[in-house]
Amino acid sequence: MAGLTYLKSVVTLELSADQCTGCRMCTTVCPHDVFVIKEKRARIVNRDACMECGACAQNCPGDAISVRSGLCGCASIFIRGQKHGRMTRYFFRMWGYEV
Amino acid sequence: MIVFGIFTFESSRKATQEMDTQSCRDNELQKNQECCCRAEMKKPDVPTNGIKHGLRKGKQEDGQHWIAGYVDTPVGRIPRIETTLQFKDRLGSWKARWSIGRMDYAVDPGLYAVGDPDPKSPVFVSANYKMSFDVLRSHLKGMSAWVLVLDTKGINVWCAAGKGTFGTDEIVNRIQQTGLSEVISHRTIIVPQLGAPGVSAHRVKEQSGYRVIYGPVRASDIPPFVENHFKTTPEMRIVQFGLIDRLVLTPIEIVSWGRRMFWGKHGLVLILMLLLVSGLDRSGFALKKVLILGPEALLMYAAAFLCGTFFTPLLLPWLPGRALSVKGAFLGLLVVLGVGWYRWGAPGGLGVKVNILAWLFLLPTISSFIAVTFVGATTYTSLSGVFKEMKRAVPAYIATTIIGVVLLVFGQFA
Ligand code: SF4
Ligand code: SF4
Repeated sequence: MAGLTYLKSVVTLELSADQCTGCRMCTTVCPHDVFVIKEKRARIVNRDACMECGACAQNCPGDAISVRSGLCGCASIFIRGQKHGRMTRYFFRMWGYEV
Repeated sequence: MIVFGIFTFESSRKATQEMDTQSCRDNELQKNQECCCRAEMKKPDVPTNGIKHGLRKGKQEDGQHWIAGYVDTPVGRIPRIETTLQFKDRLGSWKARWSIGRMDYAVDPGLYAVGDPDPKSPVFVSANYKMSFDVLRSHLKGMSAWVLVLDTKGINVWCAAGKGTFGTDEIVNRIQQTGLSEVISHRTIIVPQLGAPGVSAHRVKEQSGYRVIYGPVRASDIPPFVENHFKTTPEMRIVQFGLIDRLVLTPIEIVSWGRRMFWGKHGLVLILMLLLVSGLDRSGFALKKVLILGPEALLMYAAAFLCGTFFTPLLLPWLPGRALSVKGAFLGLLVVLGVGWYRWGAPGGLGVKVNILAWLFLLPTISSFIAVTFVGATTYTSLSGVFKEMKRAVPAYIATTIIGVVLLVFGQFA
Protein backbone atom coordinates (compact mmCIF):
# COMPACT_ATOMS: atom_id res chain seq x y z
CA MET A 1 0.00 0.00 0.00
CA ALA A 2 1.12 3.48 -0.69
CA GLY A 3 3.23 4.96 2.05
CA LEU A 4 4.04 1.67 3.71
CA THR A 5 7.22 0.08 2.52
CA TYR A 6 9.64 -1.48 4.87
CA LEU A 7 13.43 -1.14 4.86
CA LYS A 8 15.18 -0.83 1.51
CA SER A 9 17.35 -3.49 -0.10
CA VAL A 10 17.12 -6.12 2.57
CA VAL A 11 14.99 -8.90 1.13
CA THR A 12 16.47 -12.25 0.20
CA LEU A 13 14.26 -12.82 -2.82
CA GLU A 14 16.11 -14.44 -5.75
CA LEU A 15 14.78 -15.39 -9.13
CA SER A 16 16.67 -17.51 -11.62
CA ALA A 17 15.07 -16.72 -14.91
CA ASP A 18 16.41 -19.85 -16.67
CA GLN A 19 14.19 -22.09 -14.61
CA CYS A 20 11.12 -19.97 -15.14
CA THR A 21 8.46 -21.36 -17.42
CA GLY A 22 6.36 -18.22 -17.40
CA CYS A 23 3.41 -19.92 -15.71
CA ARG A 24 2.39 -16.71 -13.89
CA MET A 25 1.84 -18.45 -10.61
CA CYS A 26 4.13 -16.03 -8.77
CA THR A 27 2.16 -13.05 -9.98
CA THR A 28 -1.02 -14.75 -8.82
CA VAL A 29 0.07 -15.47 -5.27
CA CYS A 30 2.21 -12.45 -4.44
CA PRO A 31 0.30 -10.11 -2.14
CA HIS A 32 2.56 -7.17 -2.95
CA ASP A 33 2.75 -7.20 -6.71
CA VAL A 34 6.47 -7.94 -6.80
CA PHE A 35 6.56 -9.75 -10.16
CA VAL A 36 5.59 -9.04 -13.72
CA ILE A 37 5.78 -11.41 -16.66
CA LYS A 38 7.76 -10.05 -19.59
CA GLU A 39 8.53 -12.11 -22.67
CA LYS A 40 7.21 -15.22 -20.98
CA ARG A 41 9.56 -14.88 -18.06
CA ALA A 42 8.95 -13.60 -14.58
CA ARG A 43 10.75 -10.47 -13.48
CA ILE A 44 11.12 -8.80 -10.11
CA VAL A 45 9.93 -5.22 -10.38
CA ASN A 46 8.99 -4.29 -6.88
CA ARG A 47 11.68 -5.78 -4.77
CA ASP A 48 11.43 -3.63 -1.67
CA ALA A 49 7.73 -4.37 -1.38
CA CYS A 50 8.44 -8.06 -0.82
CA MET A 51 7.57 -9.21 2.68
CA GLU A 52 9.29 -12.57 2.36
CA CYS A 53 6.11 -14.50 2.84
CA GLY A 54 7.39 -17.28 0.61
CA ALA A 55 4.18 -17.78 -1.34
CA CYS A 56 5.92 -17.36 -4.69
CA ALA A 57 8.69 -19.86 -3.92
CA GLN A 58 6.17 -22.40 -2.61
CA ASN A 59 4.07 -22.16 -5.71
CA CYS A 60 6.70 -21.93 -8.42
CA PRO A 61 6.60 -25.22 -10.30
CA GLY A 62 10.00 -24.55 -11.82
CA ASP A 63 11.67 -23.91 -8.46
CA ALA A 64 12.95 -20.68 -9.91
CA ILE A 65 12.40 -18.57 -6.81
CA SER A 66 14.16 -18.67 -3.51
CA VAL A 67 13.43 -16.54 -0.49
CA ARG A 68 14.11 -16.92 3.20
CA SER A 69 10.60 -16.73 4.43
CA GLY A 70 9.33 -15.90 7.85
CA LEU A 71 5.79 -14.77 7.70
CA CYS A 72 5.34 -14.70 11.40
CA GLY A 73 7.90 -12.04 12.13
CA CYS A 74 7.68 -12.44 15.85
CA ALA A 75 8.44 -16.13 15.65
CA SER A 76 11.77 -15.96 14.05
CA ILE A 77 13.31 -12.62 14.77
CA PHE A 78 15.71 -14.38 17.02
CA ILE A 79 17.25 -17.10 14.95
CA ARG A 80 20.50 -18.19 16.49
CA GLY A 81 23.61 -16.88 14.84
CA GLN A 82 22.07 -13.51 14.14
CA LYS A 83 24.02 -10.67 15.61
CA HIS A 84 22.45 -9.78 18.95
CA GLY A 85 20.02 -12.64 18.38
CA ARG A 86 20.53 -13.96 21.85
CA MET A 87 20.25 -10.61 23.50
CA THR A 88 17.05 -9.85 21.63
CA ARG A 89 15.72 -13.22 22.54
CA TYR A 90 16.43 -12.58 26.14
CA PHE A 91 14.73 -9.23 25.95
CA PHE A 92 11.60 -10.69 24.48
CA ARG A 93 11.57 -13.63 26.88
CA MET A 94 11.66 -11.18 29.70
CA TRP A 95 8.47 -9.75 28.36
CA GLY A 96 6.87 -13.12 28.06
CA TYR A 97 7.33 -13.71 24.37
CA GLU A 98 8.31 -17.30 23.87
CA VAL A 99 10.75 -17.12 21.02
CA MET B 1 -12.20 3.21 26.99
CA ILE B 2 -15.83 2.27 26.55
CA VAL B 3 -16.13 4.41 23.48
CA PHE B 4 -12.99 2.85 22.09
CA GLY B 5 -14.39 -0.56 22.90
CA ILE B 6 -17.53 0.11 20.95
CA PHE B 7 -15.51 1.59 18.17
CA THR B 8 -13.37 -1.49 17.81
CA PHE B 9 -16.46 -3.59 18.03
CA GLU B 10 -17.85 -1.76 15.06
CA SER B 11 -14.64 -1.81 13.11
CA SER B 12 -14.01 -5.37 14.12
CA ARG B 13 -17.31 -6.08 12.52
CA LYS B 14 -16.21 -4.31 9.41
CA ALA B 15 -12.86 -6.01 9.36
CA THR B 16 -14.53 -9.32 9.91
CA GLN B 17 -16.20 -8.65 6.66
CA GLU B 18 -13.07 -7.48 4.97
CA MET B 19 -9.97 -9.44 5.54
CA ASP B 20 -8.68 -12.35 7.40
CA THR B 21 -5.31 -11.08 8.41
CA GLN B 22 -5.23 -11.15 12.10
CA SER B 23 -2.45 -10.44 14.42
CA CYS B 24 -0.27 -13.35 15.12
CA ARG B 25 -0.38 -12.15 18.62
CA ASP B 26 -4.01 -12.85 18.62
CA ASN B 27 -3.46 -16.15 20.26
CA GLU B 28 -0.47 -14.94 22.08
CA LEU B 29 -1.97 -14.75 25.53
CA GLN B 30 -2.31 -18.45 25.67
CA LYS B 31 0.10 -20.41 27.70
CA ASN B 32 2.69 -22.79 26.35
CA GLN B 33 3.09 -21.04 23.10
CA GLU B 34 5.98 -21.68 20.81
CA CYS B 35 5.53 -18.63 18.68
CA CYS B 36 3.06 -16.01 19.60
CA CYS B 37 0.39 -18.06 17.91
CA ARG B 38 1.38 -21.21 19.76
CA ALA B 39 0.82 -23.20 16.60
CA GLU B 40 3.69 -25.57 17.07
CA MET B 41 2.91 -26.31 20.64
CA LYS B 42 -0.52 -27.68 20.49
CA LYS B 43 -0.56 -31.40 20.00
CA PRO B 44 -2.37 -32.54 16.90
CA ASP B 45 -5.96 -33.27 17.71
CA VAL B 46 -7.63 -36.49 16.85
CA PRO B 47 -8.68 -35.86 13.29
CA THR B 48 -12.37 -35.27 12.88
CA ASN B 49 -13.90 -36.67 9.78
CA GLY B 50 -16.45 -34.08 8.95
CA ILE B 51 -19.26 -35.78 10.81
CA LYS B 52 -18.68 -34.52 14.30
CA HIS B 53 -19.29 -30.81 14.32
CA GLY B 54 -19.65 -27.83 16.56
CA LEU B 55 -17.29 -25.90 18.75
CA ARG B 56 -14.81 -27.84 20.75
CA LYS B 57 -14.43 -28.06 24.49
CA GLY B 58 -17.96 -28.39 25.67
CA LYS B 59 -19.16 -25.25 23.97
CA GLN B 60 -21.57 -27.30 21.96
CA GLU B 61 -24.69 -25.38 22.80
CA ASP B 62 -23.57 -21.98 21.60
CA GLY B 63 -21.30 -23.49 19.01
CA GLN B 64 -24.10 -24.89 16.96
CA HIS B 65 -26.07 -21.77 16.24
CA TRP B 66 -24.53 -21.35 12.80
CA ILE B 67 -25.60 -24.78 11.65
CA ALA B 68 -28.98 -24.69 9.95
CA GLY B 69 -29.90 -28.18 8.93
CA TYR B 70 -28.11 -30.86 7.01
CA VAL B 71 -27.46 -31.92 3.44
CA ASP B 72 -27.42 -35.59 2.45
CA THR B 73 -24.38 -36.70 0.50
CA PRO B 74 -22.74 -40.03 -0.36
CA VAL B 75 -20.49 -39.61 2.69
CA GLY B 76 -23.32 -38.90 5.10
CA ARG B 77 -25.04 -35.83 6.45
CA ILE B 78 -23.09 -32.64 5.99
CA PRO B 79 -24.07 -29.63 8.11
CA ARG B 80 -25.47 -26.67 6.26
CA ILE B 81 -24.13 -23.40 7.62
CA GLU B 82 -25.76 -20.01 7.96
CA THR B 83 -24.30 -17.18 5.91
CA THR B 84 -25.65 -14.42 8.13
CA LEU B 85 -23.54 -13.56 11.11
CA GLN B 86 -25.43 -13.23 14.33
CA PHE B 87 -24.76 -10.95 17.23
CA LYS B 88 -23.08 -13.88 18.98
CA ASP B 89 -20.56 -14.22 16.17
CA ARG B 90 -19.75 -10.53 16.24
CA LEU B 91 -19.46 -10.57 19.99
CA GLY B 92 -17.19 -13.59 19.70
CA SER B 93 -14.92 -11.80 17.23
CA TRP B 94 -14.86 -8.74 19.40
CA LYS B 95 -13.99 -10.76 22.47
CA ALA B 96 -11.30 -12.60 20.57
CA ARG B 97 -9.75 -9.30 19.56
CA TRP B 98 -9.69 -8.13 23.15
CA SER B 99 -8.59 -11.61 24.31
CA ILE B 100 -11.52 -11.91 26.64
CA GLY B 101 -12.21 -15.39 27.90
CA ARG B 102 -11.05 -17.03 24.79
CA MET B 103 -8.98 -20.14 24.82
CA ASP B 104 -10.08 -22.07 21.84
CA TYR B 105 -11.99 -20.08 19.28
CA ALA B 106 -12.18 -22.85 16.75
CA VAL B 107 -14.54 -24.71 14.49
CA ASP B 108 -14.30 -28.41 13.86
CA PRO B 109 -12.41 -29.26 10.69
CA GLY B 110 -14.40 -31.00 8.00
CA LEU B 111 -16.80 -30.41 5.18
CA TYR B 112 -19.73 -28.00 5.37
CA ALA B 113 -22.43 -27.00 2.94
CA VAL B 114 -23.71 -23.56 1.99
CA GLY B 115 -27.10 -23.24 0.35
CA ASP B 116 -28.03 -26.21 -1.81
CA PRO B 117 -24.77 -27.44 -3.22
CA ASP B 118 -24.57 -30.17 -5.84
CA PRO B 119 -21.54 -32.15 -7.06
CA LYS B 120 -20.63 -29.31 -9.39
CA SER B 121 -20.60 -26.58 -6.73
CA PRO B 122 -17.32 -24.85 -5.91
CA VAL B 123 -15.29 -25.77 -2.83
CA PHE B 124 -13.89 -23.01 -0.64
CA VAL B 125 -11.10 -23.88 1.75
CA SER B 126 -10.90 -22.20 5.17
CA ALA B 127 -8.92 -22.31 8.38
CA ASN B 128 -10.68 -23.52 11.50
CA TYR B 129 -10.24 -20.27 13.40
CA LYS B 130 -13.81 -19.22 14.01
CA MET B 131 -13.18 -15.69 12.77
CA SER B 132 -11.70 -16.93 9.49
CA PHE B 133 -14.66 -19.22 9.08
CA ASP B 134 -17.13 -16.42 9.84
CA VAL B 135 -15.47 -14.10 7.35
CA LEU B 136 -15.80 -16.71 4.65
CA ARG B 137 -19.35 -17.83 5.29
CA SER B 138 -20.70 -14.32 5.60
CA HIS B 139 -19.57 -13.70 2.03
CA LEU B 140 -21.09 -16.81 0.55
CA LYS B 141 -24.58 -15.42 0.96
CA GLY B 142 -26.94 -16.64 -1.72
CA MET B 143 -24.44 -19.10 -3.12
CA SER B 144 -24.40 -22.84 -3.17
CA ALA B 145 -20.99 -24.13 -2.30
CA TRP B 146 -18.97 -26.46 -0.16
CA VAL B 147 -16.61 -25.27 2.55
CA LEU B 148 -13.64 -27.42 3.46
CA VAL B 149 -12.36 -26.44 6.88
CA LEU B 150 -8.76 -27.43 7.55
CA ASP B 151 -7.37 -28.16 10.97
CA THR B 152 -5.15 -25.16 11.62
CA LYS B 153 -5.37 -25.51 15.40
CA GLY B 154 -7.64 -22.54 15.64
CA ILE B 155 -5.18 -20.21 13.95
CA ASN B 156 -6.12 -17.84 11.14
CA VAL B 157 -5.18 -18.50 7.53
CA TRP B 158 -2.34 -16.02 7.36
CA CYS B 159 -0.46 -17.18 10.45
CA ALA B 160 -1.24 -20.83 9.91
CA ALA B 161 0.14 -20.61 6.38
CA GLY B 162 3.33 -19.16 7.79
CA LYS B 163 3.69 -22.21 9.97
CA GLY B 164 2.59 -24.70 7.37
CA THR B 165 -0.44 -25.88 9.35
CA PHE B 166 -2.52 -24.33 6.62
CA GLY B 167 -0.58 -26.22 4.02
CA THR B 168 -0.25 -28.78 1.27
CA ASP B 169 -0.27 -31.79 3.57
CA GLU B 170 -3.29 -30.70 5.53
CA ILE B 171 -5.25 -29.99 2.35
CA VAL B 172 -4.41 -33.37 0.85
CA ASN B 173 -5.22 -35.02 4.15
CA ARG B 174 -8.49 -33.25 4.68
CA ILE B 175 -9.63 -34.00 1.14
CA GLN B 176 -9.15 -37.70 1.85
CA GLN B 177 -10.61 -37.69 5.32
CA THR B 178 -13.79 -35.94 4.34
CA GLY B 179 -14.26 -38.09 1.26
CA LEU B 180 -14.59 -34.93 -0.79
CA SER B 181 -14.07 -36.80 -4.04
CA GLU B 182 -17.28 -38.74 -3.48
CA VAL B 183 -19.24 -35.59 -2.80
CA ILE B 184 -18.17 -33.53 -5.78
CA SER B 185 -17.57 -34.40 -9.41
CA HIS B 186 -15.00 -31.75 -10.30
CA ARG B 187 -11.47 -31.59 -8.93
CA THR B 188 -10.92 -27.93 -8.11
CA ILE B 189 -10.65 -26.19 -4.77
CA ILE B 190 -10.53 -22.49 -4.01
CA VAL B 191 -7.88 -21.58 -1.48
CA PRO B 192 -7.60 -18.07 -0.04
CA GLN B 193 -4.53 -16.36 -1.43
CA LEU B 194 -3.35 -15.55 2.06
CA GLY B 195 -2.85 -19.28 2.52
CA ALA B 196 -0.43 -19.45 -0.41
CA PRO B 197 2.75 -19.23 1.71
CA GLY B 198 1.89 -22.63 3.14
CA VAL B 199 0.33 -24.24 0.10
CA SER B 200 2.08 -25.45 -2.96
CA ALA B 201 -0.49 -25.65 -5.71
CA HIS B 202 1.47 -28.00 -7.95
CA ARG B 203 2.18 -30.38 -5.07
CA VAL B 204 -1.48 -30.50 -4.11
CA LYS B 205 -2.19 -31.40 -7.71
CA GLU B 206 0.48 -34.11 -7.69
CA GLN B 207 -0.62 -35.61 -4.41
CA SER B 208 -4.38 -35.39 -4.65
CA GLY B 209 -5.27 -34.61 -8.23
CA TYR B 210 -6.98 -31.40 -7.15
CA ARG B 211 -6.31 -28.12 -8.85
CA VAL B 212 -5.85 -25.17 -6.53
CA ILE B 213 -7.31 -21.83 -7.55
CA TYR B 214 -6.26 -18.94 -5.37
CA GLY B 215 -9.18 -16.82 -4.32
CA PRO B 216 -9.10 -13.14 -3.41
CA VAL B 217 -7.28 -11.76 -0.38
CA ARG B 218 -10.39 -10.09 1.00
CA ALA B 219 -13.43 -12.26 1.47
CA SER B 220 -15.62 -9.35 0.37
CA ASP B 221 -14.19 -9.87 -3.11
CA ILE B 222 -15.58 -13.39 -3.31
CA PRO B 223 -18.84 -12.50 -5.08
CA PRO B 224 -17.09 -10.54 -7.86
CA PHE B 225 -14.48 -13.28 -8.02
CA VAL B 226 -17.16 -15.89 -8.61
CA GLU B 227 -18.83 -13.67 -11.19
CA ASN B 228 -15.48 -13.26 -12.90
CA HIS B 229 -15.42 -17.03 -13.53
CA PHE B 230 -13.18 -17.71 -10.55
CA LYS B 231 -10.43 -15.39 -11.65
CA THR B 232 -8.91 -12.78 -9.38
CA THR B 233 -8.19 -9.31 -10.68
CA PRO B 234 -4.89 -7.66 -9.70
CA GLU B 235 -6.66 -5.53 -7.07
CA MET B 236 -8.07 -8.61 -5.40
CA ARG B 237 -4.58 -9.96 -4.91
CA ILE B 238 -2.98 -7.05 -3.13
CA VAL B 239 -2.79 -7.05 0.65
CA GLN B 240 -3.70 -3.72 2.16
CA PHE B 241 -2.89 -2.49 5.60
CA GLY B 242 -5.38 0.29 5.97
CA LEU B 243 -6.59 2.23 8.97
CA ILE B 244 -9.28 -0.27 9.93
CA ASP B 245 -6.93 -3.22 9.48
CA ARG B 246 -4.51 -1.56 11.84
CA LEU B 247 -7.13 -0.39 14.27
CA VAL B 248 -8.56 -3.83 14.91
CA LEU B 249 -5.09 -5.03 15.80
CA THR B 250 -4.65 -2.47 18.55
CA PRO B 251 -6.82 -4.14 21.22
CA ILE B 252 -4.59 -7.16 21.29
CA GLU B 253 -1.56 -4.90 21.55
CA ILE B 254 -3.15 -3.04 24.42
CA VAL B 255 -4.14 -6.18 26.26
CA SER B 256 -0.89 -8.05 25.80
CA TRP B 257 1.33 -5.07 26.59
CA GLY B 258 -0.96 -3.98 29.37
CA ARG B 259 -0.37 -7.29 31.00
CA ARG B 260 3.37 -6.93 30.64
CA MET B 261 3.53 -3.34 31.76
CA PHE B 262 0.71 -2.98 34.25
CA TRP B 263 -1.30 -5.86 35.60
CA GLY B 264 0.97 -8.81 34.91
CA LYS B 265 3.75 -10.07 37.13
CA HIS B 266 6.50 -8.07 35.43
CA GLY B 267 4.21 -5.12 35.13
CA LEU B 268 3.51 -4.92 38.85
CA VAL B 269 7.20 -5.19 39.65
CA LEU B 270 8.01 -2.43 37.19
CA ILE B 271 5.35 -0.15 38.58
CA LEU B 272 6.50 -0.82 42.11
CA MET B 273 10.06 0.00 41.12
CA LEU B 274 8.93 3.16 39.43
CA LEU B 275 7.10 4.25 42.58
CA LEU B 276 10.05 3.35 44.79
CA VAL B 277 12.43 5.35 42.64
CA SER B 278 10.11 8.34 42.65
CA GLY B 279 10.25 8.33 46.45
CA LEU B 280 14.03 8.44 46.65
CA ASP B 281 15.35 11.46 48.41
CA ARG B 282 18.57 12.80 49.89
CA SER B 283 17.32 11.70 53.24
CA GLY B 284 16.68 8.23 51.89
CA PHE B 285 13.06 7.66 51.09
CA ALA B 286 10.11 9.98 51.43
CA LEU B 287 6.58 8.72 51.12
CA LYS B 288 5.35 12.22 50.46
CA LYS B 289 7.53 12.35 47.37
CA VAL B 290 5.97 9.15 46.07
CA LEU B 291 2.56 10.76 46.24
CA ILE B 292 3.71 13.76 44.23
CA LEU B 293 6.18 12.28 41.77
CA GLY B 294 4.74 8.75 41.56
CA PRO B 295 1.67 9.66 39.52
CA GLU B 296 3.79 11.78 37.20
CA ALA B 297 6.13 8.90 36.56
CA LEU B 298 3.20 6.57 35.97
CA LEU B 299 1.70 9.02 33.51
CA MET B 300 4.89 9.07 31.48
CA TYR B 301 4.99 5.30 31.64
CA ALA B 302 1.40 5.06 30.48
CA ALA B 303 2.08 7.53 27.69
CA ALA B 304 4.87 5.29 26.42
CA PHE B 305 2.47 2.38 26.54
CA LEU B 306 -0.20 4.19 24.56
CA CYS B 307 2.30 5.49 22.01
CA GLY B 308 3.56 2.00 21.33
CA THR B 309 0.37 -0.01 21.46
CA PHE B 310 -2.17 2.35 20.01
CA PHE B 311 -0.83 5.44 18.31
CA THR B 312 2.05 3.89 16.41
CA PRO B 313 -0.14 1.26 14.71
CA LEU B 314 -2.80 3.85 14.07
CA LEU B 315 -0.54 6.54 12.61
CA LEU B 316 1.81 4.10 10.94
CA PRO B 317 1.88 5.52 7.39
CA TRP B 318 2.30 9.07 8.60
CA LEU B 319 5.15 8.55 11.01
CA PRO B 320 8.62 9.28 9.67
CA GLY B 321 11.11 6.56 8.84
CA ARG B 322 10.65 3.08 7.46
CA ALA B 323 11.74 1.14 10.50
CA LEU B 324 9.03 0.51 13.05
CA SER B 325 11.45 1.25 15.86
CA VAL B 326 12.00 4.72 14.42
CA LYS B 327 8.29 5.33 14.10
CA GLY B 328 7.69 4.28 17.69
CA ALA B 329 10.62 6.28 19.02
CA PHE B 330 9.48 9.36 17.12
CA LEU B 331 6.09 9.37 18.79
CA GLY B 332 7.69 8.83 22.18
CA LEU B 333 10.05 11.73 21.57
CA LEU B 334 7.19 13.98 20.60
CA VAL B 335 5.45 13.26 23.87
CA VAL B 336 8.54 13.94 25.97
CA LEU B 337 9.33 17.11 24.07
CA GLY B 338 5.77 18.27 24.62
CA VAL B 339 5.92 17.54 28.32
CA GLY B 340 9.40 19.04 28.55
CA TRP B 341 8.33 22.24 26.86
CA TYR B 342 5.54 22.59 29.37
CA ARG B 343 7.45 21.54 32.47
CA TRP B 344 11.03 22.65 31.91
CA GLY B 345 10.78 25.81 33.96
CA ALA B 346 8.62 24.29 36.68
CA PRO B 347 9.69 24.82 40.28
CA GLY B 348 11.87 22.07 41.62
CA GLY B 349 15.10 23.14 40.04
CA LEU B 350 17.55 20.73 38.60
CA GLY B 351 15.59 17.65 39.72
CA VAL B 352 12.73 18.39 37.34
CA LYS B 353 15.06 18.97 34.41
CA VAL B 354 17.03 15.79 35.01
CA ASN B 355 13.78 13.91 35.36
CA ILE B 356 12.60 15.16 31.98
CA LEU B 357 15.95 14.22 30.47
CA ALA B 358 15.59 10.73 31.93
CA TRP B 359 12.22 10.30 30.26
CA LEU B 360 13.70 11.67 27.07
CA PHE B 361 15.65 8.43 26.98
CA LEU B 362 13.19 6.06 28.60
CA LEU B 363 9.90 6.91 26.99
CA PRO B 364 10.99 6.59 23.35
CA THR B 365 12.78 3.37 24.24
CA ILE B 366 9.62 1.82 25.59
CA SER B 367 7.37 3.05 22.79
CA SER B 368 9.91 2.01 20.18
CA PHE B 369 10.27 -1.45 21.65
CA ILE B 370 6.53 -2.00 21.66
CA ALA B 371 6.33 -0.69 18.11
CA VAL B 372 8.97 -3.15 16.94
CA THR B 373 6.96 -6.06 18.25
CA PHE B 374 4.16 -4.95 15.96
CA VAL B 375 6.09 -6.53 13.07
CA GLY B 376 4.37 -9.78 13.95
CA ALA B 377 1.08 -8.22 12.99
CA THR B 378 1.89 -6.08 9.98
CA THR B 379 1.35 -7.29 6.47
CA TYR B 380 4.32 -5.68 4.81
CA THR B 381 7.43 -6.25 6.92
CA SER B 382 10.03 -8.78 5.87
CA LEU B 383 12.04 -10.99 8.14
CA SER B 384 15.35 -9.73 6.78
CA GLY B 385 14.20 -6.21 7.46
CA VAL B 386 13.38 -7.11 11.03
CA PHE B 387 16.83 -8.60 11.48
CA LYS B 388 18.45 -5.49 10.21
CA GLU B 389 16.29 -3.31 12.38
CA MET B 390 16.93 -5.33 15.53
CA LYS B 391 20.68 -5.36 14.97
CA ARG B 392 20.68 -1.63 15.32
CA ALA B 393 17.88 -1.18 17.75
CA VAL B 394 18.83 -3.60 20.50
CA PRO B 395 22.19 -2.02 21.38
CA ALA B 396 20.49 1.36 21.27
CA TYR B 397 17.76 0.16 23.62
CA ILE B 398 20.28 -1.13 26.10
CA ALA B 399 22.22 2.14 26.03
CA THR B 400 19.18 4.39 26.33
CA THR B 401 17.69 2.28 29.10
CA ILE B 402 20.85 2.47 31.18
CA ILE B 403 21.25 6.19 30.63
CA GLY B 404 17.59 6.79 31.35
CA VAL B 405 17.54 4.82 34.58
CA VAL B 406 20.73 6.46 35.83
CA LEU B 407 19.30 9.89 35.09
CA LEU B 408 16.00 9.00 36.71
CA VAL B 409 17.68 7.96 39.94
CA PHE B 410 20.13 10.83 39.82
CA GLY B 411 17.31 13.32 39.34
CA GLN B 412 15.85 12.27 42.67
CA PHE B 413 18.95 13.46 44.51
CA ALA B 414 19.68 16.54 42.45
S1 SF4 C 1 5.96 -19.17 -10.70
FE1 SF4 C 1 8.05 -19.68 -11.25
S2 SF4 C 1 7.92 -20.62 -13.26
FE2 SF4 C 1 5.98 -19.57 -12.91
S3 SF4 C 1 6.25 -17.54 -13.80
FE3 SF4 C 1 6.81 -17.35 -11.67
S4 SF4 C 1 9.03 -17.71 -11.63
FE4 SF4 C 1 8.29 -18.44 -13.60
S1 SF4 D 1 7.93 -13.69 -0.84
FE1 SF4 D 1 5.78 -13.07 -0.83
S2 SF4 D 1 5.85 -10.85 -1.00
FE2 SF4 D 1 7.86 -11.60 -1.59
S3 SF4 D 1 7.75 -11.81 -3.79
FE3 SF4 D 1 7.23 -13.79 -2.94
S4 SF4 D 1 5.02 -13.77 -2.80
FE4 SF4 D 1 5.66 -11.65 -3.08
